[in-house]
Amino acid sequence: MDIEAVISGIGERNSRAIARAISLVEEGNPGAERVLSSLDPPSVEKAMVAGITGAPGAGKSTLTDKLISHCRGLGKRVGVIGVDPSSPLTGGAIHGDRVRMMQHALDEEVVIRSMATRGRLGGLCASAGAAARIMAASGCDPVIIETVGVGQSEMDIIRIADVTALVSAPGLGDDIQALKAGLLEVADLMVVNKADKPGADMLSMELKEAVGDREGRVLETVASKGEGIAELFRAITDVFGKNVNSGERDRRRCEARRAEVVDWSLEMLRPHLQRMAQGEEVLSGDPRNRARAIVQSLLPPEDR
Amino acid sequence: MAEEKRIRRVLIGKPGLDGHDRGAKVIARALRDSGFEVIYTGIRRTPEQIAAAAVQEDVDAVGLSLLSGAHMELFPEVVEHLKQRGAGDIPVIGGGIIPEEDVRALKEKGIRKVFTPGTSIQEIADAFRELEPEGA
Ligand SMILES: Nc1nc2c(ncn2[C@@H]2O[C@H](COP(=O)(O)OP(=O)(O)O)[C@@H](O)[C@H]2O)c(=O)[nH]1
Ligand SMILES: [Mg+2]
Repeated sequence: MDIEAVISGIGERNSRAIARAISLVEEGNPGAERVLSSLDPPSVEKAMVAGITGAPGAGKSTLTDKLISHCRGLGKRVGVIGVDPSSPLTGGAIHGDRVRMMQHALDEEVVIRSMATRGRLGGLCASAGAAARIMAASGCDPVIIETVGVGQSEMDIIRIADVTALVSAPGLGDDIQALKAGLLEVADLMVVNKADKPGADMLSMELKEAVGDREGRVLETVASKGEGIAELFRAITDVFGKNVNSGERDRRRCEARRAEVVDWSLEMLRPHLQRMAQGEEVLSGDPRNRARAIVQSLLPPEDR
Repeated sequence: MAEEKRIRRVLIGKPGLDGHDRGAKVIARALRDSGFEVIYTGIRRTPEQIAAAAVQEDVDAVGLSLLSGAHMELFPEVVEHLKQRGAGDIPVIGGGIIPEEDVRALKEKGIRKVFTPGTSIQEIADAFRELEPEGA
């Protein structure tokens, strides 16, 4: 499929074109730049990007599956990006999120893509952000990004997403203290899934106490039975709507785009840096000082 | 700065009615450990669902695992549905309890490689790695 066909196919909602476009970005193919500059700005601007994060087994994929059904009922076209970590040793990854979403496999209005972090700088930020914009340009609104809440990726997701929901569930052993370390402050919504299980009320109570639940930031769901899904989606769109009106959405997007620019720049510089480092007498002189000299040589005089 | 083009993303699907996915999961993990990004779709998928997922995921290859019986219908149906979606270039590999005489017939129907019980995980990973897209 050539670049022209990819570009025109995105607006035509062609599955193969959308998928190829995302691959071009992932592979660092030069054609990606033409594709990305062709995306319809109003569609990208309008689409809500929702992040779903939390511990493995909390029910994120089941929730996403039910959110898809709910959105389809509202006539919305939905994009889903499932991010899983790449093995640092082999580069391999397993993506199992689709197992819970196969009921939508033949629905052309549901676009699902699995992505591995591929050990990039900035984790998933650079590629998943671009993938979300490609989906948005093909008419997807919302785009849902599911990430496993371990390590850096959950902070990345909060950066890319307009609204983030942190999913927990009773019996996973992720205690409030661990959740508290950073995420509670930045996640917009806290979802206690598996509310059918013992311990859910306790978990909700503790979360409400921790965040001071005045605005209904803590919600209970039973994803496996589809309970609480409409309420969750309404809460997500409420946060989004409020942030659009207050300018907070644009402020967040601005910050995210800036970070993405830095990630891409570093990524693009890497091969040049590698070449420059090769030309050096590697064993003479301290590496840090050599790095300084290389960077200085790249900077305009006034910044040296 | 494009990475060298190589077979990297693969989809492992289990068409048909048998409910055992241990074999498919073992293969998925082994492929991951050989450096592939593996998309696993779960058990009891229709050939059309598998083809649609393969297109959306833009995989470099599809692996089908089937224990019992219906490979002669189901494997070629996946190839057919890929073609219908403009993705006939995605190579399909199949594995399962497949009699020798069926292997040749399946290859004639576009299944690029066929594995029978006893094939080592290493051989399977190598087979994926050595695949070339149709017409490349
Ligand atoms: N009891 C109960 N089980 C659930 C609920 N939601 C999901 N599960 C189960 O939890 C397991 C993990 O779900 P999954 O969506 O894959 O979790 P993820 O790893 O966070 O994506 C599966 O076996 C689901 O069926 C729920 O509300 N109640
Ligand atoms: Mg999941």
